[in-house]
Amino acid sequence: MATSKAAQTTSKTAQTPSEGAPTTPKTILSGADLQRVIDRIAHQILEKTEGALDTVLLGIPTRGAPLARRIAQRIHAFEQVEVPVGVLDVTLYRDDLRSQAPRALGPTELPADGIDGRRVVLVDDVLFRGRTVRAALDALRDVGRPALVQLAVLVDRGHRELPIRADYVGKNLPTALAEQVRVSLAETDGVDAVTIQREG
Amino acid sequence: MQHLLSADDLSAATATEVLDTAGELANVTGREVKKLPTLRGRTVVNLFYEDSTRTRISFEAAAKRLSADVITFSVKGSSVAKGESLKDTALTLQAMGADAVVVRHGASGAPHRLAGWLDGSVINAGDGTHEHPTQALLDAYTMRARLGRLAGLKVAIVGDVLHSRVARSNVRLLHTLGADVTLVAPPTLLPVGVSAWPATTSYDLDAVLPDSDVVMMLRVQRERMGDSYFPSVREYARRYGLDAPRVRRLPEHAIVMHPGPMNRGMEIAPEVADSPRSTITEQVANGVSVRMAVLYLLLGGKG
Repeated sequence: MATSKAAQTTSKTAQTPSEGAPTTPKTILSGADLQRVIDRIAHQILEKTEGALDTVLLGIPTRGAPLARRIAQRIHAFEQVEVPVGVLDVTLYRDDLRSQAPRALGPTELPADGIDGRRVVLVDDVLFRGRTVRAALDALRDVGRPALVQLAVLVDRGHRELPIRADYVGKNLPTALAEQVRVSLAETDGVDAVTIQREG
Repeated sequence: MQHLLSADDLSAATATEVLDTAGELANVTGREVKKLPTLRGRTVVNLFYEDSTRTRISFEAAAKRLSADVITFSVKGSSVAKGESLKDTALTLQAMGADAVVVRHGASGAPHRLAGWLDGSVINAGDGTHEHPTQALLDAYTMRARLGRLAGLKVAIVGDVLHSRVARSNVRLLHTLGADVTLVAPPTLLPVGVSAWPATTSYDLDAVLPDSDVVMMLRVQRERMGDSYFPSVREYARRYGLDAPRVRRLPEHAIVMHPGPMNRGMEIAPEVADSPRSTITEQVANGVSVRMAVLYLLLGGKG
């Protein structure tokens, strides 16, 4: 029954044999870069959703949730539009539950008006194999019926195993499977940064 | 952790994890679609050697909400009546591919035996007068939901402690989670060796009430006893029954619990059972969330 929250979504690591020795983490986005990337995603959402009316941002725990809140803040700063923000935990919908120890559940909090008929933008930190997003689509179906679902990610590192593509991408980052992309946010980790490192 | 046989299997961290998971799962109960795909393809067998309504239905609802296949096996009308042993029943379940067996048995220790014969998980749903760990978890969950904490709570467990697996599991779990338990019962209904339990004891309910945050009334298990434990039902009710005047001695915030089924008018007065202080129906609702959490944590990951 032992699970740790930290092990939940931080490290999106490949489970293939690694080649070579572990490397020290290389910074891909600094705090200032990350802020600019979030601003750009906020602008893109405003553009693509015609002013973000009838739009709901749903963050996927752990780091998708603060990211969604930050994007909503920036949208408000740019256009004075209040975009409802929620949190959607997808743990119970994952198809890889049986391959590892049980994960701790995160919260699911939907905006008061729900998501029926809205444009839902799912927000996550790293898009990798696409399994998390598939689970999120299943979870969404159980909590409501959005008019449209889009996906915003901070980093797209490739290696998709499912036909899933993000609508808003902060940074396209070509990676090897043995590499680990780590997103740190001030809310959860005390610092804003995106780093990459080869696993040992 | 593979099995849940005793409240002693749970460390403070694990127990808190179960309660937190149950808290998240409770939200599912409020949804239009009360079903999660988490345990799709897993088989949960409810093996009930003793009659039970709420525990059996609670486990059944919990497993179904997680999309497990549920087989409920009541001993009445089964081959056990023809003399099949527990071990042979276990091997049959094994052959059918049971991933978890929820067992209720009249003999203390039966789930422990079963755990030795099965590859899957065994969950103790009450064995004799021994333990009922998921009941203790749902009681702890209910206390935490109503009072906001468990550490430092003063809990009085009142009545037939001798025959009560609920009391045993609650004393162990509440001690692990930092609550102070006082067992209140006539001397004849306290087990030998109770002094070794992590709880204090008292024969005087009225003295304990003003200092209690929680009063948990136990059912007087008339089916497990002769009439010799106390002189009469009336005398028992007068000294250890929770009636309205006694409830007025409780602090304002205190809650009244009962694991059910109740003997109304004996250990608990009807007006107390139905009062806003009573958590009896909440305990039933919370039972489903807690059992979902246990099934998820035992079966949701790699075994």
